[in-house]
Amino acid sequence: MAEVKASMAGNVWKITVNKGDKVEEDQEVVILESMKMEIPIPAEEGGTVKELKVAEGDFVNEGDTILVIE
Amino acid sequence: MINKVLIANRGEIAARVIRTCKKLGIKTVAVYSEADQKAPFVSMADESYLLGPPRVQESYLNTEKIIEIAKDADVDAIHPGYGFLSENGGFTEKCEQAGIIFIGPSAEVMEKMGSKIAAREAMEKAGVPVVPGTNGAVASADEAVGIARKIGYPVMLKASAGGGGIGMQVVQSDDELIKAFESNSKRAHTFFGDGAMFMEKKLDNARHIEIQLLADNYGNAIHLYERECSIQRRNQKVIEEAPSSFISEKTRTKMGKAAVKAAETLGYTSAGTIEFLVDEHEKFYFLEMNTRIQVEHPVTEEITGVDIVEQQIRIADGKELSFKQSEVTIDGHAIEARIYAEDPETFFPSPGHISVFELPTGKFIRNEVAVTADFDVTPFYDPMIGKLIVKGKDRAEAITSIKNALLDYKVEGIKTNIPMLLKVLDHEKFKNGETTTAFVDHYYLPAVKTN
Repeated sequence: MAEVKASMAGNVWKITVNKGDKVEEDQEVVILESMKMEIPIPAEEGGTVKELKVAEGDFVNEGDTILVIE
Repeated sequence: MINKVLIANRGEIAARVIRTCKKLGIKTVAVYSEADQKAPFVSMADESYLLGPPRVQESYLNTEKIIEIAKDADVDAIHPGYGFLSENGGFTEKCEQAGIIFIGPSAEVMEKMGSKIAAREAMEKAGVPVVPGTNGAVASADEAVGIARKIGYPVMLKASAGGGGIGMQVVQSDDELIKAFESNSKRAHTFFGDGAMFMEKKLDNARHIEIQLLADNYGNAIHLYERECSIQRRNQKVIEEAPSSFISEKTRTKMGKAAVKAAETLGYTSAGTIEFLVDEHEKFYFLEMNTRIQVEHPVTEEITGVDIVEQQIRIADGKELSFKQSEVTIDGHAIEARIYAEDPETFFPSPGHISVFELPTGKFIRNEVAVTADFDVTPFYDPMIGKLIVKGKDRAEAITSIKNALLDYKVEGIKTNIPMLLKVLDHEKFKNGETTTAFVDHYYLPAVKTN
């Protein structure tokens, strides 16, 4: 199990995967937006998306879990 | 007569406008989001009203609510600052319909200049040189590739309705262009409601030099000389100065005349700025027109002694410009550094709680700030928390003064770009005036990577 965490506080601009999708290491899974800048968040490990903890438009703090990969 | 002004903005520019209003004996109304309840500009105004939640669509872009508050507060005029509603023709029209003066140009001129494609056409008509590129919107990525091959890479892909670097990207190859076209068009559509794209030749080692204009309703248009704003990161300005250390007196005169001619041709009124790219041979090309007050206006104020916000208000109030071109002279040299809440090496935003905030003081040091100590910088708005402006008798003195002032600027609790600013100002190339738009990429970032 691996958690993809927010590297900075911001709004979830776009989630590029769905629950059940297979993802590869370094694949962009979420784009955060903060202070008018977009930051892509990659998966640190490959696997299957087990759970999405946020929805597009949600606000996250640095360190919050965005999704879980199994 | 303008007796009461609502400032439809936040941060340092709201505070800046309030200060000039106070100087003129005009009452002020601040509007603010839930995220800005403790911001200094809120308590500076005579009255303040909560707009709504932090997100801009529900607060600073909520035109219905802003007009409603303006009516309730019985204001005569609205000052839009920069960003948000400052270049939104629809908002200008709503103000007019509500019988409220919009402090800025007409909706018609604003919309023409807001479309970068229409602006290029208008400038060509006025005889102002434009950067080689497309005359009209590019319909598809395939068409973009064909044009890019003709004008040659690198090209600058731009959203017609873009701003703040959004929808803009330098591309070097066909593959990059195909990817960039779709994503930038989509983003521009999301942010600005218009996904139209166009392209310009990317001028290497160009400088960003702009002319500040003032034009009244009686056909009087003058310029307040130039600002050089070449030091940029992510296509956004970081350090600005006036006058430019690069252009000759002859080019200065030619650029000023071209900008005034453009304003006259457009029938422009209020304060505005024409941005140019200037190549190594001092050839200048129209980049875009900003139909509002700009972040960097203080450097012009410092060298000319003109309060640009005061002039905006006077013009909107139907008054004639009270001075002529020949009466505007350049005195000394001014530099502005933008203080951003961001990592100084990656430029990633750094929202958070400011625990300590102490400003430099002294003769010829000017602070324009958006925050105080014990203040939360939220991720909802842009990262600028303040501006530091200094004036010197010449450029060398101004550089020394701003470096010393930056060393006295204390911000704790969040990261800021102050270390980056100090490195740029201390760089030999900067001190020699070799300040092209590629400066950060060529000199700053490689040094960061090496360390």
